[in-house]
Amino acid sequence: MGRMTVNLCGQHLDNPVIPASGTFGFGYEFAEWYDINILGTFSFKGTTREPRFCNPTPRIAECPAGMINAVGLQNPGVKQVITEELPKLSRVFHKKVMANVSGFSLDDYVYTCEQLDREDAVGWLEVNISCPNVHGGGMAFGTDPEAAASVTAAVKKVTRKPVIMKLSPNVTDITAIARACENAGADAVSLINTLQGMRIDLRTRRPVLANIMGGVSGPAVFPVALRMVWQVSHAVQIPVIGMGGISTSEDVLEMMMAGASAVEIGAANLVDPMACKRIIEGLPEVMDRYGIKTLDELKGVS
Amino acid sequence: MNEVILTIQDNSALTNQVYRMTLTGPVSQMHPGQFINIRLQDCFLRRPISVYDSEPGKVTIVYKRIGKGTEQMSHLTAGTSLNVLTGLGNGYDLSKAGDLPLLIGGGVGIPPLFLLAKTLRNMGKPVTAVLGFNTRSEIFAENAFKSLGCHVTVTTADGSAGKRGFVTDALPDAYSYFYTCGPMPMLKAVNTATATSGQFSFEERMGCGFGACMGCSCRTKDGTKRICREGPVFEKEAILWEE
Repeated sequence: MGRMTVNLCGQHLDNPVIPASGTFGFGYEFAEWYDINILGTFSFKGTTREPRFCNPTPRIAECPAGMINAVGLQNPGVKQVITEELPKLSRVFHKKVMANVSGFSLDDYVYTCEQLDREDAVGWLEVNISCPNVHGGGMAFGTDPEAAASVTAAVKKVTRKPVIMKLSPNVTDITAIARACENAGADAVSLINTLQGMRIDLRTRRPVLANIMGGVSGPAVFPVALRMVWQVSHAVQIPVIGMGGISTSEDVLEMMMAGASAVEIGAANLVDPMACKRIIEGLPEVMDRYGIKTLDELKGVS
Repeated sequence: MNEVILTIQDNSALTNQVYRMTLTGPVSQMHPGQFINIRLQDCFLRRPISVYDSEPGKVTIVYKRIGKGTEQMSHLTAGTSLNVLTGLGNGYDLSKAGDLPLLIGGGVGIPPLFLLAKTLRNMGKPVTAVLGFNTRSEIFAENAFKSLGCHVTVTTADGSAGKRGFVTDALPDAYSYFYTCGPMPMLKAVNTATATSGQFSFEERMGCGFGACMGCSCRTKDGTKRICREGPVFEKEAILWEE
């Protein structure tokens, strides 16, 4: 095992770098830029029971050191993901992939997870209870401990794969949600999803995004994400996947020192298609610089 | 698709707000209608800009200074290096041009039509170009199209130059096929005013520009498409016009 190897719910990752859902499609777009088998794994585009087109455009705005998106879980639906996207992915990616699942009711989550549980290519289920861009679902499940626990428990009943609950930062106390997921049987939590934000166009005097509000990501949110990862990793025993604004190898180490077992990288992929490759390749040198022999020794040292 | 470092050879104003930037470096010939995505200091997202002219080792863009990114671009000087994603988007399908292709451009929608005109002229086709502007002081590229040997008609909304009115007031009687790019109201008018089939190039706020984020999705008769990846050019028959 290499010095960058980490363990995520009993499965080894060659390194802790995981492109985040919604920024990496179903992988094959990035396989045109580099060999994506160098990744720890990646979390594929948030998948729902039925196909979704989602929010009107503009769906993208910019902010200092970041961006705001209001895509709203566009995806072809779980059936097509299994019959078309996963076979296409299998030609370019030979590791287990993380399946990202979203829903609008308990039934939705259960159905989609049941379907994906049967797929050998899927190593983990990441259950998104934190999308800020859909109405009547998504984040509604992630802002109340009881609702978060009910999704966790329902999904755990239909899968033997590790269940990772993806948490929203748009709450008063994220540790309460994390603990509720842990108590309901979650194998890990991942955080943070995007922070709600908006921009207004001075010329038109209207919100830039057709959806008015969206989710802020990018380096702007890194300190907030780091703080929440630190809080949650001190509040639960299960592994924490840290994400939010990571764009350098140094950020990866900082997030792991805050308690993350692995990290997800989102917005950075969109401005630099090679971001994850550069971060992975840069890790050994940065580890040397700070006297870090293995990433394993880092977890939660702070 | 490639990520390359290009160097600014020239960056100069064509009008008050419209600039032409020529970049050199490891860039291959791009297809008419494709775009590049430029990384700028102090802007998190890249800026997607359509290609005005292209040859191996060199790419030229024409852009309007309109926001933070293009404002910054307008101040960049020769010798500056930029990180650029090249070869993005599908571009126009030249095989459908027929004997008498018509190019219809409005404002900063005109640039991608220049490389298209050049390519069609190199194929030996007579090219008609209808170029629309708001007013005389905003006119650019007219002479560039003329120097290719295109038959050029200019329109201005205020009648200060060329024919008064919109591009749709100046469409020729005879053409085999059309290619267009411009603001959405113009594209809708062109859709109604044209007699033949044709291709439209669209723009949208993009996150990545290479198909990853679904930020620029649109609905078509053939399903959901990404403007940055399956587009920006779509055939008339596939487009669903929204109210």
